[in-house]
Amino acid sequence: MKRIAALVAMLLLGPLAAAVDSGQRFEDPAEQARYERLIRDLRCLVCRSESIADSNAMLASDLRREVETLIRAGRSDEEIDAFMTERYGDFVLLRPPVAPRTWLLWAGPALFLIGGLGIVFVVVRRRARAARANPAALDEEPDRP
Amino acid sequence: MIPELGHFALILALLLSVAQAVFNLGGAARGNMAWMAAGRSAVVGQFVFVALAFGSLAWAFIQRDFSVVYVATNSHSQLPLFYRIAAVWGAHEGSLLLWSLCLAGWTLAVAACSGSLEAPFRSRVLGFLGLISIGFQLFMLTTSNPFKRLMPAASEGLDLNPLLQDFALAVHPPILYLGYVGFSVAFAFACATLLEGRLDAAWARWTRPWTLAAWLFLTIGIALGSWWAYYELGWGGWWFWDPVENASFMPWLAGTALIHSLAVTEKRGLFKSWTLLLAVSAFSLSLLGTFLVRSGVLISVHAFATDPKRGIFILAFLTIVIGGALLLYAWRAPRLKSAAGFEVTARESFLLFNNAFLVAALGLILLGTLYPLFMDALELGKISVGPPYFELVFLVPMLPLLALLGVGMHAAWKRGLLGSARNRLYAAAGLGIGGALLIGGAAYGDLRPMTTLGFALALWVMLSALAIPLARIRARQPLPAAVLGMVVAHFGIGLATLGITGVQSFKVEKDFALAVGEAAQIAGYDFRFAAIRDVQGPNFIGVEADIVVTREGSPVTVLHPQKRLYNSGGNPMTEAGIEVGAARDLFAALGDELGQGRWSLRLQYKPLIRYIWLGAILVAFGGLIAALDRRYRVPAQARAGETVPATQ
Amino acid sequence: MKLPFRFLVPAIAFAVLVAFFVIGLQREPGRIPSPLIGKPAPAFSLESLGEPAWKVGSADFSGRPWLLNVWATWCVGCRDEHEALLAIARENRVAIMGLNWRDDRALALRWLAQLGNPYVSVAYDPEGRTAIDWGVYGAPETFLVDADGRVIKKHVGPLTMETWEREFLPLLPPAEAAK
Repeated sequence: MKRIAALVAMLLLGPLAAAVDSGQRFEDPAEQARYERLIRDLRCLVCRSESIADSNAMLASDLRREVETLIRAGRSDEEIDAFMTERYGDFVLLRPPVAPRTWLLWAGPALFLIGGLGIVFVVVRRRARAARANPAALDEEPDRP
Repeated sequence: MIPELGHFALILALLLSVAQAVFNLGGAARGNMAWMAAGRSAVVGQFVFVALAFGSLAWAFIQRDFSVVYVATNSHSQLPLFYRIAAVWGAHEGSLLLWSLCLAGWTLAVAACSGSLEAPFRSRVLGFLGLISIGFQLFMLTTSNPFKRLMPAASEGLDLNPLLQDFALAVHPPILYLGYVGFSVAFAFACATLLEGRLDAAWARWTRPWTLAAWLFLTIGIALGSWWAYYELGWGGWWFWDPVENASFMPWLAGTALIHSLAVTEKRGLFKSWTLLLAVSAFSLSLLGTFLVRSGVLISVHAFATDPKRGIFILAFLTIVIGGALLLYAWRAPRLKSAAGFEVTARESFLLFNNAFLVAALGLILLGTLYPLFMDALELGKISVGPPYFELVFLVPMLPLLALLGVGMHAAWKRGLLGSARNRLYAAAGLGIGGALLIGGAAYGDLRPMTTLGFALALWVMLSALAIPLARIRARQPLPAAVLGMVVAHFGIGLATLGITGVQSFKVEKDFALAVGEAAQIAGYDFRFAAIRDVQGPNFIGVEADIVVTREGSPVTVLHPQKRLYNSGGNPMTEAGIEVGAARDLFAALGDELGQGRWSLRLQYKPLIRYIWLGAILVAFGGLIAALDRRYRVPAQARAGETVPATQ
Repeated sequence: MKLPFRFLVPAIAFAVLVAFFVIGLQREPGRIPSPLIGKPAPAFSLESLGEPAWKVGSADFSGRPWLLNVWATWCVGCRDEHEALLAIARENRVAIMGLNWRDDRALALRWLAQLGNPYVSVAYDPEGRTAIDWGVYGAPETFLVDADGRVIKKHVGPLTMETWEREFLPLLPPAEAAK
């Protein structure tokens, strides 16, 4: 009795008759790679912290199937992303779009690094000059462990 | 009765925090020894009452007192004792009490171990810690009272979130908070230094062991969270760059930059103002993290239940504490100059580069985490910034960091003459590249450039680290704890990099629909779905599957993934079946029942994944070794006559 | 007291950050706006739930405003909002079309028979393709389509009379007897 109750409970909580796929959808490795990358880049809107590749949710498997259908129909990656954002908004893309409003986001990391390295170069050069100008001072400094 | 006592204790704790702040800071400003002594007593008193408050709440949980709202919403009569105690910090209000307890504990430790500090300086440190305590206790008493009563009392609780009914996640918050809160010590030292206008660098020596201790707790806390996510959430991932995860990673990066910068400041008196800024930043990022996860300002599945009123309070608190510290910095830091020099290849130089890379990494994570907020605030739409972004851009500062790390460990101070180290480094580089090709080629049959680079950098760091004790032993030189700690920690970084490269490059994750008796293959392993049966636990029912794993006919293991339904309701929880091996994990998780006797099964092959957490543990262990170095226990003398008279 | 500007940069940067947080606290980050708002309703033509030979589609109600309500028997929230839907249907202001999402036909028909039927017609979407076209990510969801066939509102979660009166009614043209 309890087993039936548990199973019925699980059936009610999960959707019915979802055909679950194995990961391998395409014969062509290039298409398979495209598929895997696309599903990793799309957010599952049900379990928000997962991509549709990782999520168990019904919506995730429906969207995976949709991506597969679109690849087979010959759509490009940009067209598939556009398909998703037309329906779910930019929020569904885990990889943010590259557009004027996100230039700062994409350029930021490189800018931070270049800026930081720039400052470091300036400082190191100044200190090296100080060291060479006065090598005796280095020796006179008390040696702290 | 007990909850009321706990509430009262918390009020007393707040009063003592006020006393702590007033008497310490006031006493230092006036040079009044009696006040400063009173301030120190207040520290002890505050700790006692916070502990009493915490104890009362714990007692309410242990006794299943469902007349307390917080207990009723986070506990259940069938919840095992261990989790009843862990439930104390299972939600917002109780976790704040944990924060406060950690802060009171660190403050007590500082008060007890700082006998060698000058009284005014020590008092200022304790005073600043008191100001922070006031904030948290006030927050609890005004918006988030854990002792609120429920009238009439509930007959049964809503149960602790099943995700938290797990050992690793139960201990994850205390360890994490010890880290977050521990950075407040460095913060307080920095504020005291700035306030006094000290021009010397003695504070760097005092701050170092405290910072190392906080940092190593944070390292363990983050590693625990990652490990837990892997085995508990059923999708086999270990890091999602979720805002809450980033909120813990950013203080860690700042803390890592801080411990390296402190080394330079302590040794040569250089970069004082930069190190002070880092000390302020590390704790500021801890506070920022608290704000992000409790205010509802960012979307995250991990976040606590949100309430705009709480968000406003934390933001106000944040503004006062961080804004105040940064203004203090702007006022005092310009005076801190030093004239010392060093060569381009000196250790100082490498540590400066280290800081540049770590701060660049910190900056990009902050940017990516907050960018959706910026765009939404400017009405430019709602976007997501997820793993595809972070995984790509994080490499930008990290790859050069790993490369330079190997050299920097061997660079001497001041002159940076590598000398005999040069040959060791060539050997390490050669072996690193060779080893990478060997692992990629022979073990996994794949020599992709990024993978080979990752393995090469990992091995390079590990071998370069090992070269140090080997060289010292051979030259019969001593190996102090500080050096050994550094070696172990950096070796840990290399090991974690090895694990990350392996798992990201070669993992296999597939979903299958199987009926009992059917099998599936991944990565050369055969997984046969042998049986499925009911199971029952203290507060749940569920099903458990037997998955028999073989490889080329010979048995490997049997996995037992479960799917549980807790008595208190909610979504089914998956408990993955994991087989741990020296070179790989095998992972099976039960999905939904699909009808006609078929079940959805997620099977995964995860090579080298254990080394990520093993590496992290070594990093923390290295920090511990370094913190225990004898020199931190020898009282430090401040350099005489270099203090600007303290102004009001 | 000379203050070199660069030492103020952290404080200024922090102030900017706080300003963003103040704005951010006033918005609802959990809400995901629908990109369909203002656009023509996605076209569809599906089997009717009760009579597979009949077709139900987005063109059925052209010329007048209508609601699309996405529901399923496995959805707990749909049960919660059912009373409100029946009340709204009785008001006769707009026609409600149901979209039965990823469900079992027999179970759905029995559900409506037991709990009452607020729908003028119900489209049967067992594959979920039409739901995807409408950007559905959870049940229940309710869309308001205006007389020109444009989606003008989306509500996620169970619909309550309060929400109906406060957010939907103001968007409808003045009351007239629905046909």
